[in-house]
Amino acid sequence: MKASVGAEAIATKGWLGAHKYLLLRRVSQLGILALFLIGPLFGVWVLKGNLSSSVLLDTVPMTDPFMLMQSIAAGHIPEITAVLGALIVAVFYFMVGGRFFCSWVCPVNVITDLAHWLRRKLKVRASTKLSRKTRFWVLAMSLVLPVVLGTMAWELINPVSLFHRGVIFGMGLGWIVLVGIFLFDLLLVEHGWCGHVCPLGAFYNLVGRYSPIKVSAYQREKCDKCMDCFTVCTEPHVLKMPLFGENKGYSPMIESADCTNCARCIDVCSQDVFKITTRLPIKAEVKQ
Amino acid sequence: MTADKTHTPRKTTRRQFITEASRGVCGTGLLGLGLAGYSKQSQSLAAQCLRPPGALTEEDFLAACVRCGLCVEACPYDTLKLGKIFEPVTTGTPYFDANVIPCEMCEDIPCQTACPTGAISPELESINDAKMGLAVLIDRETCLNTQGLRCDICHRVCPLIDEAITLEIERNSRTGHHAMFIPTVHSDKCTGCGKCEHACPLEEAAIKVLPREIAKGELGHHYRWGWIEKDKAGGSLIDEVLDLPDRLPGTK
Repeated sequence: MKASVGAEAIATKGWLGAHKYLLLRRVSQLGILALFLIGPLFGVWVLKGNLSSSVLLDTVPMTDPFMLMQSIAAGHIPEITAVLGALIVAVFYFMVGGRFFCSWVCPVNVITDLAHWLRRKLKVRASTKLSRKTRFWVLAMSLVLPVVLGTMAWELINPVSLFHRGVIFGMGLGWIVLVGIFLFDLLLVEHGWCGHVCPLGAFYNLVGRYSPIKVSAYQREKCDKCMDCFTVCTEPHVLKMPLFGENKGYSPMIESADCTNCARCIDVCSQDVFKITTRLPIKAEVKQ
Repeated sequence: MTADKTHTPRKTTRRQFITEASRGVCGTGLLGLGLAGYSKQSQSLAAQCLRPPGALTEEDFLAACVRCGLCVEACPYDTLKLGKIFEPVTTGTPYFDANVIPCEMCEDIPCQTACPTGAISPELESINDAKMGLAVLIDRETCLNTQGLRCDICHRVCPLIDEAITLEIERNSRTGHHAMFIPTVHSDKCTGCGKCEHACPLEEAAIKVLPREIAKGELGHHYRWGWIEKDKAGGSLIDEVLDLPDRLPGTK
């Protein structure tokens, strides 16, 4: 694993060009937090609530569908506002690519990205082996527990909702959980939380299985195998076949729903191998 | 990896599947067990923590609330707070401590309107019917009125004065010729807003709002009040008073 990545990309595209999507993502993540925060801080109400459930401009309800599923599993029949809100959110994330949430919205991503950056800088190699399918088991657990217990057990410790809620409503001792995730990612498992454990990521993986917006290695023949994209990618296995599987007949489209559409691979590539594209049939016809 | 089905999909053998599945079940099972234990513990709401007006029963509330804080932001008096992890309130759920800021009983119930899931039930029509808790004159030894003073503060701040809290006159046996005006809470009217507890001038309030399931007793279901039954029946239920022979000590 390289300590620094994207040197070639910075040389060809400039620092800004080689960090375009990273900066955009940070603006998106922090901007969404800011929109939630200016309400309680300055009385400017764009977004009320938090990521679990919110209201946009006092009109559009939005509810985390995973949260609502836990509530229903716990035996509650929600009001129509929450159901509508969950539908709006689910459709939105389906359109933009499922785990788009993970890299563009989720605040925990900032922590885990920091952990990975530090991991590279400190050259931490050791990584405990953990299946990337673990998250689906955790997802199943977080939906079974409410059925048994009648309460949303996962939400007692869910770091994603805890972090976002904490920033707006007060963190208390919640930072312990966040430091725990940081250390887990830094010292125990590479990309441990987002890439292996988080059930919300697993949920959006399922939501985005057939999403139209994808990253494609459309110029894979230009790839010089510098492996920078593998180094920065939170789910590097998704790159393998689209990049190198041409003679096995694999499409250059990164089809795996594990991909978070973070587009960091586009940033660090000096050869412009990747781009964001759609897999709508209309596009294919136009090409022909 | 979800490459096209035609391209040599990696096959999982039965052995691999069983190994992986049992690993997943065991791992998350252990995690789940710990979580279940923690959730059982955290389900017992601390007695000073009250739920917003119209909240479902604690058990249903925990299933319904998505911890979004919309009620907290809707509350104009900063009464409501969200529970933080390791606090004696389920993480992320709204509560208030009447001793810090009581409920001001807004007529339009903004916290209820804000709730997207119905955890704060839309069925509550008037704030005066709210049952957030029940005020209890928990310490008659320190309450100033029980010393014969006319503090009366809890009575006067009560939004349902003379309905939820009345002053009941009792004889002051210490002086022998004064009255005591005992603050008396009526559970059918008290909303549990907590203004009495908040206003109590003692170092530690003598009147406190408790969750109703802690504050209320419950009569055995087979119990009947004779005088009520008598009214219902329109007369005595017993034919006549039984006149038993008097047996005084020393007589036979």
